[in-house]
Amino acid sequence: MAAHLKKRVYEEFTKVVQPQEEIATKKLRLTKPSKSAALHIDLCKATSPADALQYLLQFARKPVEAESVEGVVRILLEHYYKENDPSVRLKIASLLGLLSKTAGFSPDCIMDDAINILQNEKSHQVLAQLLDTLLAIGTKLPENQAIQMRLVDVACKHLTDTSHGVRNKCLQLLGNLGSLEKSVTKDAEGLAARDVQKIIGDYFSDQDPRVRTAAIKAMLQLHERGLKLHQTIYNQACKLLSDDYEQVRSAAVQLIWVVSQLYPESIVPIPSSNEEIRLVDDAFGKICHMVSDGSWVVRVQAAKLLRKRTAHERAKELYSSGEFSSGRKWGDDAPKEEVDTGAVNLIESGACGAFVHGLEDEMYEVRIAAVEALCMLAQSSPSFAEKCLDFLVDMFNDEIEEVRLQSIHTMRKISNNITLREDQLDTVLAVLEDSSRDIREALHELLCCTNVSTKEGIHLALVELLKNLTKYPTDRDSIWKCLKFLGSRHPTLVLPLVPELLSTHPFFDTAEPDMDDPAYIAVLVLIFNAAKTCPTMPALFSDHTFRHYAYLRDSLSHLVPALRLPGRKLVSSAVSPSIIPQEDPSQQFLQQSLERVYSLQHLDPQGAQELLEFTIRDLQRLGELQSELAGVADFSATYLRCQLLLIKALQEKLWNVAAPLYLKQSDLASAAAKQIMEETYKMEFMYSGVENKQVVIIHHMRLQAKALQLIVTARTTRGLDPLFGMCEKFLQEVDFFQRYFIADLPHLQDSFVDKLLDLMPRLMTSKPAEVVKILQTMLRQSAFLHLPLPEQIHKASATIIEPAGESDNPLRFTSGLVVALDVDATLEHVQDPQNTVKVQVLYPDGQAQMIHPKPADFRNPGPGRHRLITQVYLSHTAWTEACQVEVRLLLAYNSSARIPKCPWMEGGEMSPQVETSIEGTIPFSKPVKVYIMPKPARR
Amino acid sequence: MPEIRVTPLGAGQDVGRSCILVSIAGKNVMLDCGMHMGFNDDRRFPDFSYITQNGRLTDFLDCVIISHFHLDHCGALPYFSEMVGYDGPIYMTHPTQAICPILLEDYRKIAVDKKGEANFFTSQMIKDCMKKVVAVHLHQTVQVDDELEIKAYYAGHVLGAAMFQIKVGSESVVYTGDYNMTPDRHLGAAWIDKCRPNLLITESTYATTIRDSKRCRERDFLKKVHETVERGGKVLIPVFALGRAQELCILLETFWERMNLKVPIYFSTGLTEKANHYYKLFIPWTNQKIRKTFVQRNMFEFKHIKAFDRAFADNPGPMVVFATPGMLHAGQSLQIFRKWAGNEKNMVIMPGYCVQGTVGHKILSGQRKLEMEGRQVLEVKMQVEYMSFSAHADAKGIMQLVGQAEPESVLLVHGEAKKMEFLKQKIEQELRVSCYMPANGETVTLPTSPSIPVGISLGLLKREMAQGLLPEAKKPRLLHGTLIMKDSNFRLVSSEQALKELGLAEHQLRFTCRVHLHDTRKEQETALRVYSHLKSVLKDHCVQHLPDGSVTVESVLLQAAAPSEDPGTKVLLVSWTYQDEELGSFLTSLLKKGLPQAPS
Repeated sequence: MAAHLKKRVYEEFTKVVQPQEEIATKKLRLTKPSKSAALHIDLCKATSPADALQYLLQFARKPVEAESVEGVVRILLEHYYKENDPSVRLKIASLLGLLSKTAGFSPDCIMDDAINILQNEKSHQVLAQLLDTLLAIGTKLPENQAIQMRLVDVACKHLTDTSHGVRNKCLQLLGNLGSLEKSVTKDAEGLAARDVQKIIGDYFSDQDPRVRTAAIKAMLQLHERGLKLHQTIYNQACKLLSDDYEQVRSAAVQLIWVVSQLYPESIVPIPSSNEEIRLVDDAFGKICHMVSDGSWVVRVQAAKLLRKRTAHERAKELYSSGEFSSGRKWGDDAPKEEVDTGAVNLIESGACGAFVHGLEDEMYEVRIAAVEALCMLAQSSPSFAEKCLDFLVDMFNDEIEEVRLQSIHTMRKISNNITLREDQLDTVLAVLEDSSRDIREALHELLCCTNVSTKEGIHLALVELLKNLTKYPTDRDSIWKCLKFLGSRHPTLVLPLVPELLSTHPFFDTAEPDMDDPAYIAVLVLIFNAAKTCPTMPALFSDHTFRHYAYLRDSLSHLVPALRLPGRKLVSSAVSPSIIPQEDPSQQFLQQSLERVYSLQHLDPQGAQELLEFTIRDLQRLGELQSELAGVADFSATYLRCQLLLIKALQEKLWNVAAPLYLKQSDLASAAAKQIMEETYKMEFMYSGVENKQVVIIHHMRLQAKALQLIVTARTTRGLDPLFGMCEKFLQEVDFFQRYFIADLPHLQDSFVDKLLDLMPRLMTSKPAEVVKILQTMLRQSAFLHLPLPEQIHKASATIIEPAGESDNPLRFTSGLVVALDVDATLEHVQDPQNTVKVQVLYPDGQAQMIHPKPADFRNPGPGRHRLITQVYLSHTAWTEACQVEVRLLLAYNSSARIPKCPWMEGGEMSPQVETSIEGTIPFSKPVKVYIMPKPARR
Repeated sequence: MPEIRVTPLGAGQDVGRSCILVSIAGKNVMLDCGMHMGFNDDRRFPDFSYITQNGRLTDFLDCVIISHFHLDHCGALPYFSEMVGYDGPIYMTHPTQAICPILLEDYRKIAVDKKGEANFFTSQMIKDCMKKVVAVHLHQTVQVDDELEIKAYYAGHVLGAAMFQIKVGSESVVYTGDYNMTPDRHLGAAWIDKCRPNLLITESTYATTIRDSKRCRERDFLKKVHETVERGGKVLIPVFALGRAQELCILLETFWERMNLKVPIYFSTGLTEKANHYYKLFIPWTNQKIRKTFVQRNMFEFKHIKAFDRAFADNPGPMVVFATPGMLHAGQSLQIFRKWAGNEKNMVIMPGYCVQGTVGHKILSGQRKLEMEGRQVLEVKMQVEYMSFSAHADAKGIMQLVGQAEPESVLLVHGEAKKMEFLKQKIEQELRVSCYMPANGETVTLPTSPSIPVGISLGLLKREMAQGLLPEAKKPRLLHGTLIMKDSNFRLVSSEQALKELGLAEHQLRFTCRVHLHDTRKEQETALRVYSHLKSVLKDHCVQHLPDGSVTVESVLLQAAAPSEDPGTKVLLVSWTYQDEELGSFLTSLLKKGLPQAPS
């Protein structure tokens, strides 16, 4: 596919530049009309409807170019008139629809025919399909009012059809094409303006539930297209809420929500009383009522809509009307005497306990939707958040893990608005013992941003987290991080706990705790982070605490902040918080060194090399020191390294020596070319935040590397045959570059590509040897391009947490069978990890295996961060001794995925592997060694 | 006038011994056949002599339907079928059929072996009784006989609980039995389609309650149990062997597993083991979670819950014991209660409803000194907690079900009169359906208007369709045709076809009318004027002027004649057929207004 694509691109390019090349394209053109001709012949050959259908099916599998669509359509229509079999006509009708969607083809020419055949058609199915085709045509021509009007007319005419399928399609057509504004319809002369809404509304009471659904959907479609729905629709829709069919109710709920958003402030009467309420409140009550519908499809829909609500004063409706008892206490349910029955209208205002209902629903789909709804509402209203807390906390004990997880995430999202009471905290912390890792980690994340009200709460949280730590030691990092935030959020609450936590005694020195104990480190992390904003705290530390502080500050600097300790200087003033905001010096330094580098054009080769080397070294060091600038520094350093390699390769003294003598030296140059290629792929795919500006430069660098490779090959190989292919390929690359980056070409003044394109016509006709020569001189002359720095750039990185690679006990398994290896890794700044991150296993015999983790194995705990928890299946034939295999993570890339797709490929069926194919991989984590031992099977 | 009659023999304004007689379109059905926990004399069983004094019940009842296996719904069944005598079919679901005999046997044992009652049904009777049972599947329509059909719907409540729709022709009654609209740890929620029955007979145990979040209750329950156990106290949870017990077991089991607790949990009676076996088997009747996970692990295979031995009650240290029966009126739960009641560290949790007169009801009402058998007084020092775990629909749930089924009227049973009154009022007000709440022995009669299906010939239908605009779904329309009643079926056909079929000749019926017009001109001219006038008024009718001087409008004939006595007036004869009555009367009234002045 890709090759074909390039060829096409190439042809078009040459057509523009070189007139004499047209002959070649004409040759290709000759084959094009044959498509419709072949179809014609096939259809004529067909002896039976089944045959014809088969031909059509075959035909449908291949894409059709825009220019030949019309011919094909004519032939199809011709056969349509002749055809007696409805199934063939149906297929033709559907093909017409597909073809009219072809990009670059204007379907107005076939509309008359389509409408014409529609009028003579008897089969309901074919009619429906034809209407579908018309819909495709109509949507293709959104500007043409006259056509739209005509289509609407046709639709109205067929609305009285007895088949539900036809009516459905008509309504769909009306929904999609029905004119939006009255004024526009008057412009289209000759056709009476129709009130599309009225027409569609009439079908709300159709006898067929499918048609009713279609009518509501059409109405929603009108709304989506910007038509303001009439308020009268509200009452009609309300009636549909009690429809017998779930799909009708489901759609009606949506419609009610839409209308309630359009006319929130209108007043509607409450039936059976003289009161009136706002429409939006009425709608809310109705939607709440639907949360207890008989069908779970409707319940999910209703629960989803609840979350979209903006007004939050409804929160009080959570609680049952006071007249009923809660049933919590025995004897509480004696009927209260003589209540004013008119005041409380339980069913009509249905909202009472809608959430309670949703959260207790039988189907977890509904529960999840309800939790999400709670989340949205709570985010917009702190008072509601406070109230729904109890319900959310209760959801932590749901029987389905997904629901528990969802509610924990929800809680995290709203945690800014709330402070947990102790009993709530208690319930929350109880979940720490959950056996699911996801749940625990979600909970850690939640605790990171929770507000706790009392010091007992903090203590409780710490105790529970430590319990969690002993039970699941793998949670170590997550717990430390959690405590870090817990400490820095609640310094004043931690303060009174310090003596107890550090077990200091006013008179006696206590034993020094073990510095390697994760639990002790956890306590220290909490205390040190609290101490950051609480200057009185260090006074409570004993001597060894200070020592431990110094140690931890070094070893776990991301968890332990810098403290102002009495009698000590700050450990590193550079990182002190006062300086971080004005990070200009380092930023400036970065800028300056980069500026300096761009002047290297004027230096002699030796000087340029040295300058590059120094700058690269500087940048690397800067990246290490300043984590915020690491991405930029690394990125620039990589680019400079490429340039350095290029210069070095070109500086080889022996370029002018005859080819045979050159063999030895070329090693260096070809290695450089290869390395540059690798580095450019890294630059393109390993950094997040790379913009098009940078991609151009990177591709340009890669083009240079390819040119270098070509030159080297030309020098080292004898015979022209392979060179021909390479040359052609290279020129295609250039052509692709030009096509893809056409907009950026002006920025590439004086560059390699700029010069290359000037000489393109000459290159096209030249012999390979000549091409190589030109390339060589151009490479030397081309200017060094300035790499603009992106705003935000981060290098993708991955750390494998598990397997730890320290075990001496080999993993034993019977050879030939599989063993599952748990892999746990954190990924930073990886875009779309589901498709790009792979696991590689390298066996000692050099055999490598690539494993594609399932999309569900990736979790997204925070922005820019991902976590991969998966199982890798290993297998091998027997070994005599335990050996280590290497496990690492790869970043798969596919540079052609960035190319915009060709128009005709969008319409036709695309082979799915095109998108997922992998061009190459970049290892981006440190390999971990796992000791395994496949034993021969015993018999 | 056809009618549906309902008479509760038990559970009318009361909880216990559910037994409701329904006669619908000449069929008599008995719904449930339960016993009453509060009585130990004859009152514990329904009074079957109401049905017939002498003679076998089989002649009077077409079938018996048992909604679920709780004793207050099936406890009197062997007595009824074997001792009173009934040989007709008894319908229940498969799980009910499996578990019911276990409970009956248990009940028999307590009554006969413990209390030494004579004249009670025997094990053999239970077996014989169960042989008469026909098991049904959910949503399966079972034809009891040619006319009577029944259909079961899922009801939650306990394993195998079902609501039944009883249908004869177009009349139907739905009996809910006990049901639960909120799902719990092991069962789903009741569900019914919009079957629009004439009558919905619903339980109303919690007629005045709207319960709060179930999760809240679960959490409280777990917390209370946990705290008591941590203090070293013993927890007694009196339950019915089946139903809530399983839910609470699952709850405690998962909690114990999560919290890694080691305190023993016991479940009394060997009966539960048998029953649990069935719970494991009837997975399709449980909730979404259990249905989806039973492949990995069947939730009813408990790891932490062990069988209870009587000797364990005196063991030191904390423990949790589930014991039957649930209302502390007899059996093991009462024994354990007496042993533990004196210690304030202990706790009893009543997870369900308690009938008046039971020990459970007394302690929940706050009584601290109980009079036991043999005149001893038992002082209750242990904590008494009530946790509403009983799986009945609350007021909102009942209303919800009524809304779902859309019945014409509702009848409340299985509840206390005072609370029923309240709910009745609510239902009538908000759902606008009539609501009844008969006491035991009181009969409710509901007139019904059964719909009679009439067949219509396609030709006629198409013809009528072609005449009018689109038929509107909800609007009645006038249609001309002939109704033929033959062999107890009804057909609507066109009149021509009816004549043909019956071999009758057609009679023409014409109406004629004279209209006097003031016109001095000749008859022909008058006719011409009439013609042009009608032509201008009736634009879409076919108006013709015939050569003989008469005018026709469709089939209406108009003739002008001059009466001899007065030349100034002309008499216009208007004649039309019966079918054109509408047009004809319109024409006469039009002509009576006179002709417009001629332009000339």
